[in-house]
Amino acid sequence: MSESTPATSNYLTVSTGWRSWLLTLDHKRIGIMYLVFIVLSFGLGGFFALALRLELLNPGKLLFTAKQYNQIFTLHGAIMTFLFIIPSIPASLGNFILPMQLGAKDVAFPRLNLASLYVYVLGACFCVYSMIAGAADTGWTFYTPYSSTTSTSVISMTLGAFILGFSSIFTGLNFIVTIHKLRPPGMTWFRMPLFTWSLYATAIIQVLATPVLGITILLLVLERLVGIGIFDPALGGDPVLFQHFFWFYSHPAVYIMILPAMGIMSEVVTAFSGRKIFGYRLIALSSLAIAIISFLVWGHHLFVSGQSDYAAVIFSFLTYLVSIPSAVKVFNWVATMYRGSIDLRAPFLYFLAFLFMFCVGGFTGVMLASLSLDVHLHDTYFVVAHFHYVMVGGTTIAFISGLHYWWPKMIGKMYSEFWAFVAWAFIMVGFNMTFFTQFLLGSKGMPRRYYNYLDQFQPLHAFSTSGTWVLAIGFLIMAFYLIDSILNGPPAPDNPWGARTLEWQSQSPPITENFVDTPVIASEPYDYTGARS
Amino acid sequence: MTAPDRPIQPHHVAHHFGNAKQEFEAAKFGMWLFLITELLFFGALFVAYAVFRWKYPEMFVEAHRILSWKMGAFNTLVLIVSSFTIVMAVHAVQTNRQKMAQWYLGTTAALAGVFLVVKYFEYMEKIHHGYLPAKFFSGMGTSEHLHLFFGMYFTMTGIHGLHVVIGIGLILWLMRRNQKGHFYSGFFTPVEMVGLYWHFVDLVWIFLFPLFYLVG
Repeated sequence: MSESTPATSNYLTVSTGWRSWLLTLDHKRIGIMYLVFIVLSFGLGGFFALALRLELLNPGKLLFTAKQYNQIFTLHGAIMTFLFIIPSIPASLGNFILPMQLGAKDVAFPRLNLASLYVYVLGACFCVYSMIAGAADTGWTFYTPYSSTTSTSVISMTLGAFILGFSSIFTGLNFIVTIHKLRPPGMTWFRMPLFTWSLYATAIIQVLATPVLGITILLLVLERLVGIGIFDPALGGDPVLFQHFFWFYSHPAVYIMILPAMGIMSEVVTAFSGRKIFGYRLIALSSLAIAIISFLVWGHHLFVSGQSDYAAVIFSFLTYLVSIPSAVKVFNWVATMYRGSIDLRAPFLYFLAFLFMFCVGGFTGVMLASLSLDVHLHDTYFVVAHFHYVMVGGTTIAFISGLHYWWPKMIGKMYSEFWAFVAWAFIMVGFNMTFFTQFLLGSKGMPRRYYNYLDQFQPLHAFSTSGTWVLAIGFLIMAFYLIDSILNGPPAPDNPWGARTLEWQSQSPPITENFVDTPVIASEPYDYTGARS
Repeated sequence: MTAPDRPIQPHHVAHHFGNAKQEFEAAKFGMWLFLITELLFFGALFVAYAVFRWKYPEMFVEAHRILSWKMGAFNTLVLIVSSFTIVMAVHAVQTNRQKMAQWYLGTTAALAGVFLVVKYFEYMEKIHHGYLPAKFFSGMGTSEHLHLFFGMYFTMTGIHGLHVVIGIGLILWLMRRNQKGHFYSGFFTPVEMVGLYWHFVDLVWIFLFPLFYLVG
């Protein structure tokens, strides 16, 4: 492993004062600021999750009324989706790492990058305003005709999502142009690290799908304000059209969430196995395949909404197709570990957690894609458990893995491996307690989003709720040791894991323009020959 | 290549680009990506149009007679000419004729203004006769769902009109910068980018015009 270069100045110390942060054009500082907001959003969304699980401890009323419960699960869903998980990996870790992995000095449009952060904050303000001013109670999917008639503040919440969409588009657009135009000499397409590849595929979805959400929300707002009627059956409109529009964005958005997570997993598995990644090209191309197929599967959300049977069969088949490139990745990761020299550090522990939980989420996804089963399980806790296994067990776990992997590079400090292991154990146990239980609840017929339930479901609901507390303890431990590492952690070497991608060749933390000299890339990434025995 | 008409303020390439060509190509590629997002933004509206046209074809036949195809055709012509003038503005800065560029940019903005004035009279006439989105609809007609047509008409032409207003703002901004001598044969990126945007705005209208005014 390489030794630390004597650091004179880095991106954190190069200038001081709040202006130097708020007006910065450095992708690394913008990434760090995004990280702060995203973690705060996660805390807020998590708070609502704890509240709604607490309410479900017993049948009937515990703390909240039925309407408050509806508002709480809407806020949980909307905040976690639009403020946390969609921007989570691309805007924070991606912003920081992508130009460095590429060997570029910055993203193509640094001012647009800063603008995307401010647009994000503006969108968040709308969401918080909606929270205070009679929070929306529609669920994060804002289905018409309920969303166009309820008296709660749907407009401010949806406008928040509309604005956040622009932030997402700006990030995606910036990444695509950066990858196309800012690669240094020798950085060919198939020498790009796999995290960068996954961000490229993600950015394509961000740019192509998000505008459709924008116009859908605008039509919903117009529907509420001036009653244009296109989603209102009483006026000759079609409420299912809203569902088509919404899922045309929101299903690809699921891959905005999971693709960058898969990219982090590809980096982590090769770095901590000390072995060249198995099937590099297939992993890279499978990201693109997932991005393309993601646009053709939205109809599987409408199996019971009255779409034609032929359409349903085709959407079901196309949904099965997604499992092929996803499985290609999983098999390649497993093959990378084979005969590797495995170093069981925090990022790799989360990789193992991802491998297990993503597979559970993926397999249950295939189950739900089959028509006959979905009609039975639609809108039950089985679906809730499925997408939490993918979104939390997959994306959030990968986000945490990436955070631990790049933490020394971003902050320049090492964290406590022991406490990282303890937090990991709590999160694994807590997560599976919470959500595996919900598979059982769903298969027994417990519908999602219900305030009340039959007494027979009480033990399982109580067990699921107690899991959320274990999960919360895990995240609290993580918050403590990460903050402690900033204050008291030992300084990080340039390349603590012996990883091979370009970002580890810069100092920790990096200088403002990332590299002293523009790097010249002469070989493929992940060449571990002679690295570790 | 002629000498510039007025004093030039040379452009400096941003620090993270290797050279001016790379910077220009990145900007142009980014602009095309932005236009793709715009295309999908309007695309969903066209899908909604298609759905309702398939559902209520007879309503569209009746509704299109209410619109004035003459005014629509005139506006189409106005926008096509404005697309030509902005191309000439780009060409003029590329060849260092800043005064001519200023004239072409001014003409483009004026034509955009004409478009909006015509649109204003069209809107006022529809509003006067109660041809409004569903909640406020009080117009005369035999089709049951006429209000849906006008809901879409105002939404789609309204969002397009908003794009025209933004375009005027951008062109005025270009004129201000051109006045200061920011654009010359070595640097004309913003002029070319606004040009691309303006062509897109025109192109949307070229689809809106037949779909609302002519299809019977």
